[in-house]
Amino acid sequence: MGVAIRANSVTKWFGQGPLRTLAVREVSFEARFGELLYIVGPSGSGKTTLLSILSGILRPDTGTVELEGHDIWSLDADSLAQLRLHKIGFVFQDYHLFPRLTTLENVAIPLILQRVPWQAALQQAASHLEIVGLRDRADLPPLKLSGGEQQRVAIARAVVSRPDLLILDEPTASLDGDTGRRIIEFVKTEVLNEHRCILIVTHDSRILEYSDRILHMEDGRVRQVEDHHAHG
Amino acid sequence: MSGILRIAFKLLVNDRGKFAALLVGITFAVLLMVMVTSMFAGVMRRASATVINTGSGIWVMDRAVNTVANNIPLPDYVLAAVRSIEGVKYAVPIFTGSALAKLPNGDYQAVSIIGLDDSSLTGRPELIEGHIEDIYADNAFIVVKDSEYQKLGSPHVGAEFEVNDHRGVIVGVGRVASAGLFGIPTLYTTYGRAVQDLPSTRFTMSYVLVEPKTPKDIASITSQVAALGYLALTKDQFIQRTSAFYKYQTGVGINIMLMTVISFIVGLSISGQTFYTFILENLDKFGALKAIGARSRELIAMILFQAAFTGLTGYGLGVGLCSLLIAAAKMRLPSYAATVTFFNLGVAFVMVLIITGVASYTGIRRVIHIEPFDVFRS
Ligand SMILES: Nc1ncnc2c1ncn2[C@@H]1O[C@H](COP(=O)(O)OP(=O)(O)O)[C@@H](O)[C@H]1O
Ligand SMILES: [Mg+2]
Repeated sequence: MGVAIRANSVTKWFGQGPLRTLAVREVSFEARFGELLYIVGPSGSGKTTLLSILSGILRPDTGTVELEGHDIWSLDADSLAQLRLHKIGFVFQDYHLFPRLTTLENVAIPLILQRVPWQAALQQAASHLEIVGLRDRADLPPLKLSGGEQQRVAIARAVVSRPDLLILDEPTASLDGDTGRRIIEFVKTEVLNEHRCILIVTHDSRILEYSDRILHMEDGRVRQVEDHHAHG
Repeated sequence: MSGILRIAFKLLVNDRGKFAALLVGITFAVLLMVMVTSMFAGVMRRASATVINTGSGIWVMDRAVNTVANNIPLPDYVLAAVRSIEGVKYAVPIFTGSALAKLPNGDYQAVSIIGLDDSSLTGRPELIEGHIEDIYADNAFIVVKDSEYQKLGSPHVGAEFEVNDHRGVIVGVGRVASAGLFGIPTLYTTYGRAVQDLPSTRFTMSYVLVEPKTPKDIASITSQVAALGYLALTKDQFIQRTSAFYKYQTGVGINIMLMTVISFIVGLSISGQTFYTFILENLDKFGALKAIGARSRELIAMILFQAAFTGLTGYGLGVGLCSLLIAAAKMRLPSYAATVTFFNLGVAFVMVLIITGVASYTGIRRVIHIEPFDVFRS
């Protein structure tokens, strides 16, 4: 299957002078469609920084990122925003759901930003809430939902625009073991397909078994690319 | 409404507490600003009461006159000269001045005297008691039934008193459009008797009242009066001149302005602060929107929409509340002076625009500078 995303010796520094730190060093790798790729490593190893660079949110100092063969960092800010809106889905660690909107409206937000008419956006959002099993929670504010349910709402919002690349940062960090496992299982069976590539950043060892491949990071470097199935 | 603005609207009004605080801030500021400026407008209307009540189209006066109450007497030839100007339908003299009345119980009371042209009675009040012809009787006066009426002991037809040591008798009770500013009762008599009985300077005419043949004649009348060395003002110009005097040459204007500015600052701090907190609380959500793919101009549109919606709603509430308060006050206090003018509404509107402008500017600055990268880092 085709290459979804490719990083070519990506480097990112933070800060200035003596406080200057190298967060990501010369990272190169590629991920394919239909693949569930993990990025794991200790805290501070550069996972989030790398994820931000891959998804067009943080500009690297050197190196390039290609999404489906196109160099994303050659785009201007607005085109990059459009690319994120149409091609990339995000699940943030703290979900970042709007507490003053209903669950349904939260899920519809990417479509509304894409200028899909209000009613059509809500309908598509409803069918995605159905997929994550929360159709009956549509009219509640997200804070009325449990942590696992909120995570599923965040996933529904990330996939409602049918992105090619889905990015999840520490998706199980604030969930208990069982709930976390169920969420990842759900992502693997219901969200992953052959037209989609999923990157998950985590240091939760309980969910490693669901990966297709694992990227280990340490001190900003990708230490090894481990083929999970080769071990399994 | 586009979906993005609809989201903005829901974010705003669903946050009931903050939305209410925002509205209270703006409503309160608008209420105070409109209230204070309306009271000023009401007081200014009273300062020009004689002009309003007399209803003459054009007033001819000495060039140094600042307010209708402080007239400078004109020599008689001015009347003759004005009468001969082309376009003048008629021109009559009027006397305005003050005198001291002595009531039957021995109390003294300052009164304002208006002497109407003997032949035409131009500028006479509407009578609610008595007959207008009786004004020609000996010592006859018509009293105005306004908020100061009871200071003369609420006299009726036939009541007697002294004016500047001359006998006076009430032959009528009249009604006028605007009460005066100085809190003293008003008596009407004829021009002839006013200048005969009241001590006066060498010249006796306070103003010449002119009625033009057509409104088109006003300009040429004005310039020919100016050629005589005098000033001709339309009714509205005279009212404006009087207001301008109180505004700019007494402390009144400054105080009104101070009050307006204070209301503005109070409103700005409450609303600006609350709106800013509202933005701060939603900052991570705006960051998430940015990460998902919202462009800066879409976030700006959301904030501007929220600010404009709050501003307009608060403005409407403030103006409505102010009108209600003034109406209620007028029902209870007949002498309450307040007039809501378009100018006042305009001033308050501009102030609201500034408040919402400042609030949205600070909010927009914060939102523009959000790094979506920070959304990943909590
Ligand atoms: N905005 C920033 N400014 C300065 N240093 C940063 C910033 N973001 C990350 N870093 C540094 O970069 C390194 C990698 O951070 P991060 O990518 O968040 O690691 P991880 O997600 O693996 O915990 C850390 O040393 C961190 O302190
Ligand atoms: Mg991290």
